[in-house]
Amino acid sequence: MREEILSFIEKNSRVDLKEIAVCLGMTEIDVANELAAMESEGIICGYHTLIDWDKVTDERIHALIEVRVTPQRGKGFDEIAERIYKYPEVQSTYLISGGYDLLVFMEGKTLKEISSFVSQKLSTLESVISTTTHFVLRKYKEQGTVLGRKNEDERMIMTP
Amino acid sequence: MRNPLSQTIVNIKPSGIRKFFDIASERKDTISLGVGEPDFDTPWHIRDEGIYSLEKGRTFYTSNSGLIELRTEICNYYSRRFGVTYDPKKETIITVGGSEAIDIAFRAMLDPGDEVIIPQPSYVSYEPCAILAGAKPVIIELKNEDDFRLTAKELEEAITDRTKILVLPFPNNPTGAIMEKEDLEKIAKICIEKDIFVLSDEIYAELTYKGDHVTVASIPGMRERTIVINGFSKAYAMTGWRLGYAAGPEEIITQMTKIHQFAIMCAPTTSQYAAVEALRNGDDDVLTMKKSYNQRRNFLMNAFREMGLPCFEPFGAFYVFPDIREFNMTSEEFAFALLDAQNLAVVPGTAFGDSGEGFLRISYAYSLEKLKIAMDRLAEFIGGLRN
Repeated sequence: MREEILSFIEKNSRVDLKEIAVCLGMTEIDVANELAAMESEGIICGYHTLIDWDKVTDERIHALIEVRVTPQRGKGFDEIAERIYKYPEVQSTYLISGGYDLLVFMEGKTLKEISSFVSQKLSTLESVISTTTHFVLRKYKEQGTVLGRKNEDERMIMTP
Repeated sequence: MRNPLSQTIVNIKPSGIRKFFDIASERKDTISLGVGEPDFDTPWHIRDEGIYSLEKGRTFYTSNSGLIELRTEICNYYSRRFGVTYDPKKETIITVGGSEAIDIAFRAMLDPGDEVIIPQPSYVSYEPCAILAGAKPVIIELKNEDDFRLTAKELEEAITDRTKILVLPFPNNPTGAIMEKEDLEKIAKICIEKDIFVLSDEIYAELTYKGDHVTVASIPGMRERTIVINGFSKAYAMTGWRLGYAAGPEEIITQMTKIHQFAIMCAPTTSQYAAVEALRNGDDDVLTMKKSYNQRRNFLMNAFREMGLPCFEPFGAFYVFPDIREFNMTSEEFAFALLDAQNLAVVPGTAFGDSGEGFLRISYAYSLEKLKIAMDRLAEFIGGLRN
């Protein structure tokens, strides 16, 4: 039941309780209870809006930063990850297997803003060994949604 | 100059959808719930295989019966999903859509004077194809009160000494009706008793919302007298690829292959390669689409309940078939008035046989957003009629 609700709202959280209940064959009360429970259990962590900022004049720059760190005794990577993700300009932080340890997605208004974040804040952290910054040139697809393409129904209007 | 035309073809009525299509497609901002094909794109990994086959230069003919890899996958699929085994070499043929399979099955099996029992409302091509094969269509009018299932009694009453084939169009377009195992067992018993063959059109087999589809061929004694028709259009959203198939007794498939060989040569090669991928790795796609259809089906049934529009609950395909008899209009009148007043296009039930009178076919191969707007319009229209 939970998975059904989650996959129903994953792509569109702007549906009302009634619609979820009707489409999934549940009662509104059950859906409301499950949603509330999943919110408090931290399963549902937010209801965000997917925005293609390139279409808005507001300038935004995104970067992916590979960070190599020295894990700390007893705490592994968690503490250093926390120190990094607490910065509001950091959008996501993942622990990664392979050539580096943490992958940090960040957003800034200018190249300068990002580079000064990396050089002054990130690199100066004690356990950070090195960073590699990649700037995003264009976003094609995000969260499973292709950006900037409108899906027109090209089927004939009526077929048997 | 002599009349250039065959009287047989001239006498066949054009598809009932045509007239409506012409009018609806000229209008702007029409919302249509009239389409009989999935709204999903073919899953990318399947399209990719088609593209890859073109890149590799696989642009040749295949054998008349179709790629053996594909026929093997089809046989694996039928045995895995529906418990019937066929020999890929002798008991299957790949066709240009399910429609071609219907046509050549009739032509391979029917002689002038033979009768074909066709339950209606049903897909538009059985009747003309039977006529083109020289046979006589005998129509059974399925009823709303039976949830548009075929009953043993109706079948018995329609059988004569000349009856050769019974068409079983389930899951059904346009009603969405299904036939469950118990329903089929009763029909099978009669077919065996009366020595009648069955053409089972299972193109919507993957789209059932109350247990899995049961093929009549899986009922003891039926495999040897059933031609199963299926294809990739509905399950894998591959309508434009034009790919279907038939499976059945070698004797019949051999003659079907003969017609296919002379009339068609072989089904499109690109589509066949893509279809192999569909059968090998497409199960999850089918499930995802089916889940989505079921949500929309629930949505529509609820919308009808709220507007007080009677509609039996259909458990198959992607159609609902609401009952509009309370408005004292023919299906066509209703559909035209709805188009006129609300710019909403649906298909009159009569496009699928006279017994569709008093009903509309509404397709839910549309996004929920679209269905929502459409149901608001329908509710408003009905409200207006009732006042």
